[in-house]
Amino acid sequence: MIHAENLTKRFKETLAVDDLSLDVAEGEVFGFLGPNGAGKTTTVRMLASLIAPTQGTAKVAGFILGRQDTDIRRTVGVLTETPGMYDNLSAEYNLRIFAELCEVKDVPGQIEKYLKMLGLWERRFDAAGTFSKGMKQKLAIARALLHEPRILFLDEPTAGLDPESAHLVREFIIELKKQGRTIFLCTHNLDEADHLCDRVGVFKTRLLVVDTPAKLRSSVFGRKVIFHLRVADDGMAEYVRKLAFVRDVKVVENKLVITLDDPEKCNPEVTRVLVAAGADIQFVGELRHSLEDVYLQLVKSA
Amino acid sequence: MNKIKTIIRKEWAEVFRNRMVIFTVAFLPLLMTAIPLGIIYSTRGTVSGTSNAINNQLPSGVTQSMCPSGLSGSDCFQVFMVSEFMMLFMLVPVAIPVTIAAYSIVGEKTTRSLEPLLATPITTAELLIGKCLAAVIPAILATYAAFGIFALGSWMIVANKVLLSALLDARWLIAIFLVGPLLALLAVVFSLMISSRVNDPRVAEQISMIIILPVLGGFFGQVAGLFVLNKQIISIVAVVMLALDVLMVYLATRVFQREQILTRWK
Ligand SMILES: Nc1ncnc2c1ncn2[C@@H]1O[C@H](COP(=O)(O)OP(=O)(O)OP(=O)(O)O)[C@@H](O)[C@H]1O
Ligand SMILES: [Mg+2]
Repeated sequence: MIHAENLTKRFKETLAVDDLSLDVAEGEVFGFLGPNGAGKTTTVRMLASLIAPTQGTAKVAGFILGRQDTDIRRTVGVLTETPGMYDNLSAEYNLRIFAELCEVKDVPGQIEKYLKMLGLWERRFDAAGTFSKGMKQKLAIARALLHEPRILFLDEPTAGLDPESAHLVREFIIELKKQGRTIFLCTHNLDEADHLCDRVGVFKTRLLVVDTPAKLRSSVFGRKVIFHLRVADDGMAEYVRKLAFVRDVKVVENKLVITLDDPEKCNPEVTRVLVAAGADIQFVGELRHSLEDVYLQLVKSA
Repeated sequence: MNKIKTIIRKEWAEVFRNRMVIFTVAFLPLLMTAIPLGIIYSTRGTVSGTSNAINNQLPSGVTQSMCPSGLSGSDCFQVFMVSEFMMLFMLVPVAIPVTIAAYSIVGEKTTRSLEPLLATPITTAELLIGKCLAAVIPAILATYAAFGIFALGSWMIVANKVLLSALLDARWLIAIFLVGPLLALLAVVFSLMISSRVNDPRVAEQISMIIILPVLGGFFGQVAGLFVLNKQIISIVAVVMLALDVLMVYLATRVFQREQILTRWK
């Protein structure tokens, strides 16, 4: 659905996006992570044909960037970083303008559908300027969806929302995914990315890694298993360390933290060795790294 | 075409909420109509029979260019006085689009609504045409309306048919129907260019009002007797305006590219 090759964007001295090559499949939710100023918004603007790349090419929904820009804009929906509503006009009128510009067939029908879906129907005649930040954000999401785009670019959809609204927006994204839409999601919320995205890319001017959240965890940290023992000491650790598949063992209080590649296969063997050595195993668990740990590790080393 | 209409309706819905804009669009034409009508009314049928004395005081060329034979000296004086104000009347098609465009562009910038707008399938040309028309149409309508009131008012005040047709002669018609729209277009493109570079609608308006200076200059030059506004001069002005318009629109298409609008209009 989205295919980018060597996309580069330079603003005078600033290199905002450097040599980005990327593929996003149809129906996929792709998380685009990166620190402030990483070039995420710039990437979205290029892919949505709002600004032209300095170098490189891209195809969006099969349309060639730079040559079929109007077709691209017709196919994609963009939730911009700032909602950008006409504050003096009503919510309904704001949507009507965009529905007309996006060549929507049933303008009132689509407006009603999305205002109701996002819980703004009752407030449709109020000026958008009187809306709270979260309501504006929801209105902007409705606006991005009016023409039923197959591809959605969401630039920080839950930024500044209260937990309940953020939850609602995330549920909404899951719903959109179920409908088979392709979603390009820029976010700073790593739990959100972990929860919603099929794959994530960590980006800081260049693309550092792309993978599923699970694979990223294991590739960055390996997988870790924790054995809680009645008494853990270096002697116990030594028995485990002798096993060929164990990459690392640490003693933390009464726990052994063991790094290995395939816990499902290796844990029984580790258990046997520990029991034979006289350990009292209380319970066993996996140490899960949050995507945040992975992200911080990647961005720090970039 | 439909998208241009959408933009125009949206602009009007936004911009006519602003008091400054309403004031300019409604009050200025009324003022510019009231002044010449007041002159006609207050000087009507006064001095008679002293034609030569008055005619001698008018700048040379006035009598030939705007007073048909058969008009008395005082009638001719009226015609002259009113035509002095034709220049001021031209402020209407200049000031209105400048004000509307200034508020419309700077408004887009403060609400940051340009980016979502540019993300729709609208072409840059449609967007700019919509914005220009939204400013030019009210200007032209206000000019016509003001001229209509002026014509109607003169018809009611002036009994002499010869005088009436001298007051509302071809010079006015060229000015209102040709120079006016051309001026309005020139003013709006100029204002778009200024507004895209500043962040306060009032500043944008004030800078854009520079374009009024030539009009005012013409007015004072005429009052000072430097030239007489005859048909030839007005026609020349119309041709120059047309050339300037073509030049400005060409420049605008070079300056206003989608990416420029998005990244430079800040
Ligand atoms: N119009 C512009 N002119 C000049 N530089 C720009 C422009 N837009 C973006 N940049 C620069 O490009 C870089 C990337 O900016 P961008 O907005 O894409 O970052 P981001 O990843 O979206 O950041 P954030 O998480 O804060 O939203 C920054 O250094 C920024 O200053
Ligand atoms: Mg951003």
